[in-house]
Amino acid sequence: MAVMVGKGAMTNSIEELAGTDLLLVAGSNTTEAHPVISLRMKRAVRNGAKLIVIDPRKTELTKWATRHLQIKIGTDIPLFNALAHVMIKEDLFDRDYVENRTEGFEELAKHVELYTPELAAEICGIPAEDIIATAREYAAASGKAAICYTLGITEHSCGSHNVQSVANLGMLGGNFGKPNAGVNPLRGQNNVQGASDSGALPTDLPGYQKVERPGIREKFEKAWNSELPKRRGITKITAMDQMLRGRVKGVYIMGENTVVSDPNTNHAQAALEAADFIVVQDIFMTDTAKLADVVLPAASFAESDGTFANSERRVQRVRPAIKPVGESRTDVDILLDLMNRFGIDQNLHSASDVWDEMRGLSPLFGGISYERLDNEGGIQWPCPTEDHPGTQYLHKDQMDSGLPGYFAPVDHIPPAEPTDSEYPLVLTTGRRRSTYHTGTQTGRASGFDLLVPSELAEINPYDAEQMELKDGQTVTVSSRRGSVEVPIKVTDRSPHGTIFMSFAFPELTQTNRLTSDAYDFITETPEFKACAVRIDKIETTTNVAD
Amino acid sequence: MTTEVKNKLNVEVNGIEIGCGTESRVLDAIRAAGFDVPTLCYDERIGPQGTCRMCLVDVEVDGQQQQVAACTAFASEDMKVETHSDSITDYRKTILELLLSETSSPANCPKCLSFKKCELHTAAEEYGAKWDAFPSLVVREKAEDDNPFIQRDYDYCISCFRCTNVCNDWEQAGAITVEGRGQDNSIASFFNNKLLESPCTFCGQCINTCPTGALTDKKIVGKTKAEDLERTKTVCPYCGVGCGIHLLTEDGKLKGTEPDFSAPSRGSLCVKGQFASWEFVKSEERLKYPLIKENGAFKRASWDEALDLITERFTGFRDESGPDSLVCWSSARSVTEANYLMQKFARIGIGTNNIDNCSRT
Repeated sequence: MAVMVGKGAMTNSIEELAGTDLLLVAGSNTTEAHPVISLRMKRAVRNGAKLIVIDPRKTELTKWATRHLQIKIGTDIPLFNALAHVMIKEDLFDRDYVENRTEGFEELAKHVELYTPELAAEICGIPAEDIIATAREYAAASGKAAICYTLGITEHSCGSHNVQSVANLGMLGGNFGKPNAGVNPLRGQNNVQGASDSGALPTDLPGYQKVERPGIREKFEKAWNSELPKRRGITKITAMDQMLRGRVKGVYIMGENTVVSDPNTNHAQAALEAADFIVVQDIFMTDTAKLADVVLPAASFAESDGTFANSERRVQRVRPAIKPVGESRTDVDILLDLMNRFGIDQNLHSASDVWDEMRGLSPLFGGISYERLDNEGGIQWPCPTEDHPGTQYLHKDQMDSGLPGYFAPVDHIPPAEPTDSEYPLVLTTGRRRSTYHTGTQTGRASGFDLLVPSELAEINPYDAEQMELKDGQTVTVSSRRGSVEVPIKVTDRSPHGTIFMSFAFPELTQTNRLTSDAYDFITETPEFKACAVRIDKIETTTNVAD
Repeated sequence: MTTEVKNKLNVEVNGIEIGCGTESRVLDAIRAAGFDVPTLCYDERIGPQGTCRMCLVDVEVDGQQQQVAACTAFASEDMKVETHSDSITDYRKTILELLLSETSSPANCPKCLSFKKCELHTAAEEYGAKWDAFPSLVVREKAEDDNPFIQRDYDYCISCFRCTNVCNDWEQAGAITVEGRGQDNSIASFFNNKLLESPCTFCGQCINTCPTGALTDKKIVGKTKAEDLERTKTVCPYCGVGCGIHLLTEDGKLKGTEPDFSAPSRGSLCVKGQFASWEFVKSEERLKYPLIKENGAFKRASWDEALDLITERFTGFRDESGPDSLVCWSSARSVTEANYLMQKFARIGIGTNNIDNCSRT
């Protein structure tokens, strides 16, 4: 999306969702993954808004939906192209907006001509009428129609093209730069926005300033009094390949359980084992930390000073309630000490000093001071100066890039690993409300075992019957990369031919031993949402001696 | 929010003139003028109910005097509001004494003892309402419910229905409802099932809206003393919504979590934020000192030993194999400031742009 309009962030604010006329929610199990955002969606529905859920699974949110487009996994692009097709063919798009704010409309129109609702219906496995009705309703709500999406859109090998097909629709509907509208990726982890904001990216310095852009690097070189590397760096995925090839020798991992959270566990583990020297800085002895040469005990959020940036670009203060346990130290403290040993001369002593240096170098957050955060509460970037109130929604008078919004004609790319006779089922992974990510935190909260006691493979009743499987029965799920044993849950939340699992119980079920390491070729986001698996019954050993 | 507030109405509250929007309720005008009245059945997120009658105030419009519930009545032009006339104050005291007669003793109120003085007992104290002014009429009993999250002491319930309203209208979970009528009403899940067998998601919003000790956080109640409790305003450590929380501490020890109603999340939390955001911090399994692996086994090390070793090995790789032979992976779980330092360390400490974060997984 950054390529098309400037920034890949939620264009609008969470609270604004309650005031929309139409919500198109694609690949987001919002009631479970972002429960508090789903409250605003439910509020919108109660206020009379239409809610259209696009999801291969019959998620809880579909209970509130006016329509559920239960597409086959990995067919988002044909659907969004067909929605654009209908809007253009029936002249329902926002013509003024398209003329004044965008470029590339003719190319898009020509491109999506092929994607008739009938063709998309066949690829997606849903009725053409539903596609036509959705396009008409989305167009009718122009200016008050919000699209929300999450990993169901991005965690595909065609993830960035998925996003572009979604953003095309947003621009056709004239929904960028208006309140209660927009195109909104809901961010997963507490500070995923802040991590990217800070420049912890191979291509970007703080505030999304490009490493390779002349002038930018010079600014940072002057401020940091040091020369900067000129070439962009490598992503995690590339780095793991290079570890296996012996080109990457050392890795410093802060607060991440790579072995459990990354796709194809065996590959991730082999890569880390191939590295010569690993440092892990974490709060627990995770499976990743076990592979380390040096483990540094970090303080938790409850012991740390600093900021998190949430999904709606809001910077909020994190404050320590207790002292770090044992000899553990905050991430900021550890890194300041380490940088000192590397001879980096910097006059930084606290999180507040660090934030001030960062905002001094990034116009995006220039006006957000700790003092303001303490007095006013969270502030949404862009906020260039201290008298700027922050930005409730992006792209108001022009696209954030300062350029027209570019339509991106994109084509359907099926998931990298199709099913076949040997691996006839699709595995899609995701989250459950009462567990979080790899379970290192929720797994330690009392009572949570009563809510979801273990990993469960959710399977459609029809498939279960065909395979003669009973609810609760433990089976082996295998892919080309590995296999796990897991009890099944028979439920129509899963469509025919698809099973669903989370990855929150790694001690018993390492779901990512199954997942594929196919990834999007632009963002290198792994395809967690689709890989081919099969289910085998576990033969019970009967005692013949009886 | 996008609703434009038009300062159109002039209202006088206790002799103070203020301007307020045309859609304002009398309660908004009262609070804007810096006054307050007890609101036992009111939660701004679900809107006015007008059932507890505690917010009754005297108003004068066009020379006509009347008494209205401030939460439901709209403000109007040149309205004069009086919040604490003698008759209204007496009236509030009587209502409070009637409500108190339905509950167990304030001396044992779980919320007042373990968290902070509840809204009912705060109002009772303010108005000098006595618990035993009327014959006791405790009709609601503790619910039999072995869920590990929500304690239900209905002998403190005053039938304000904030819990059922927040559950059905705000969360739209539909886990609890009002059973029975009149004096015999009680709060129940459907078919009187236990909460674990109901659609309850354990978001904890019923606990947080309850104005009495009827609903409390079972993980904390009885284990803390309200007067010793300190609150630190911070942000939930789970998903990207970034709901505001308060961490509760006593003598420097972490005791639990409460939602922060002043944050943009308006007091909303889910089961993780409410019930799983602090126990992991106290886990015995936390790493407490640096470790260095020697011959395949971890040995306890000092910070100097650990950081010196990292410096030695990393500078070694940098100088022998070039800076691009090293990579740093930053964390979407840690504060932005630490992420900033990590990328700065990679770029000028090592000299590589091989810095990435876990946003792709």
